[in-house]
Amino acid sequence: MSADQRAPREAVPDAGDGAGLPSLRGSLFASELRTLFRRRRTQAILAVLAGVPVLIAVAVRLSSADGEGGRGGPPLIDRLSHNGLFVGLTALIVSIPLFVPVAIGVVAGDTIAGEANLGTLRYLLVAPAGRTRLLLVKYAGAAAFCIAAPLTVVLVGAGIGAALFDVGPVPLLSGDTVSVPESMLRALLVAGYVAVSMLGLSAVGVFVSTLTEIPVGAMAATVTLAITSQILDALPQVDWLHPYLMSHYWLSLGDLLRTPVSWDSFGSNAVLQAGYVLVFGALAWARLTTRDVLS
Amino acid sequence: MTDRTAGQSGEQAISTTGLVKAYRRQTAVAGIDLSVPRGAVYGFLGPNGSGKTTTIRVLLGLSSATAGEVRVLGRPMPRDLRSVLPRVGALVEGPAFYPFLSGADNLRRLDAADRDAPARTRSVRVARALERVGLTNAAGKRVRAYSLGMKQRLGIAAALLGPRDLLVLDEPTNGLDPQGTREVRHLVAGLAADGATVFVSSHLLAEVEQVCTHVGVMSAGRLVAQGTLAELAATGTSRLHLLTPDGGTAAGVLARLGLDGAIVDGEDVTAVLPASAVPEPEKIVAELVRADVRVRGFTLARESLEDRFVALTGEGFDVVR
Repeated sequence: MSADQRAPREAVPDAGDGAGLPSLRGSLFASELRTLFRRRRTQAILAVLAGVPVLIAVAVRLSSADGEGGRGGPPLIDRLSHNGLFVGLTALIVSIPLFVPVAIGVVAGDTIAGEANLGTLRYLLVAPAGRTRLLLVKYAGAAAFCIAAPLTVVLVGAGIGAALFDVGPVPLLSGDTVSVPESMLRALLVAGYVAVSMLGLSAVGVFVSTLTEIPVGAMAATVTLAITSQILDALPQVDWLHPYLMSHYWLSLGDLLRTPVSWDSFGSNAVLQAGYVLVFGALAWARLTTRDVLS
Repeated sequence: MTDRTAGQSGEQAISTTGLVKAYRRQTAVAGIDLSVPRGAVYGFLGPNGSGKTTTIRVLLGLSSATAGEVRVLGRPMPRDLRSVLPRVGALVEGPAFYPFLSGADNLRRLDAADRDAPARTRSVRVARALERVGLTNAAGKRVRAYSLGMKQRLGIAAALLGPRDLLVLDEPTNGLDPQGTREVRHLVAGLAADGATVFVSSHLLAEVEQVCTHVGVMSAGRLVAQGTLAELAATGTSRLHLLTPDGGTAAGVLARLGLDGAIVDGEDVTAVLPASAVPEPEKIVAELVRADVRVRGFTLARESLEDRFVALTGEGFDVVR
């Protein structure tokens, strides 16, 4: 937040009696974001995610330097050497099955269990934060991380790609070519798609987090569920289940890389994720609002 | 203080009726009727594991009561939790903070959690609370680097972030050095002087005796005594010690005066005086002399509050349950 924004906000009176939008500054949500993103662990997770595009770019750069022309690697990876703008996208797609869900699992699994483990949960409740409000703030914080994680990969990827490779108009899956700014927009769109994809997993993570006082357990359970979902999605024997699995549309982001953009999978994914958020959000609410806080 | 101890619930900072908290295996609190008058400094005493913290959790709405009614600041809990808790500062079962945040940032976060706390005055109130517990110089340090005593102080600072009508302090002197313990005592006295009700739990009577106006004693989930400090002391017994070669005769005289069970051991005669309806000591001596008992020494020792406390809760080091 820059200094020039501060002055007018200062003049805004408190959010009265709940009328109108309360200012974000100084709110519990702002505090949650600060606490989340200033934490070393969160920064380390984002650094690991940022390492994925760096690793890919450096590896491709080195191999194409000796090989000249490539040895017929995966098509997307191969294109990197021609256009650096593919780095972020490739890194994100590579991270979707494991890196991103692990990151989300750590953050979402920690939401309530982490506070319980530190003992700060009881002080937040006595403040009083309100159990429903605390849950909403905690979920909103996890959702903000869902945006931050893919965004980090895409932005760092674009940066390192531009530094190591040529940058120019990008050919899409449909065969059309888009300009550099348009391709950046597409990359952000894909990041947004991944963010939406992770909302359901976050809700699962927050729910698991209300069940325990051991954050590591909640994190592990959340990541395990994410991987189980992907395994089931790969088994044709349970294909009736596939459309209901939270990971079903995780990799269906090809539609966003065509011209014109097809929003079908985006829509289906959003509906599915909203379902997960509702169901697991309700479960988390039922659990947190009735439980004895003994930690 | 006595003029403020009137019994209606409106005058009570905390009142519970038949409060029970049972877990699957055991009953942690077995039906207690707390009565904490407004403006009192109430010492909530009892050995470890007697149900003090469980009671405090229920009072603050962290746990739900299995049975019974709870009113805090005249309002039913946990129904009116949202309007009651902003006026309550609490330290529950030791301090707990984010180790990766500074002391001041921890307080800011807790203050942000309270919807009624205005963000505009946050920095000022945080600074004032830190100053009050002597942590101004450590405000920017991460809590990870705090000593236990500093964390305890920070916990008390958190309880003092806003204007409070009631302070619930669970073992506030835990981990503090004697100097810190004295400071907490001063702090409690100061808060009470400002008109706040202070509910302070401790397993050490000596720590709260000097500042309390009222005392409640817990033992194995029950409230075994409650009242003003004077009332509690008055219900205690006294011990009579007589030095005489005529032990047998003396025991007879004492029995006639209603002091049964005198123990004669050589020249020492001891007897326990009940708190009520005791003949004056000089009358006992006169009666002894009249019966030709050679009184060589006569002392009457009032039981200390400490003895009373031990009598109520048991001496044992063992965990009762």
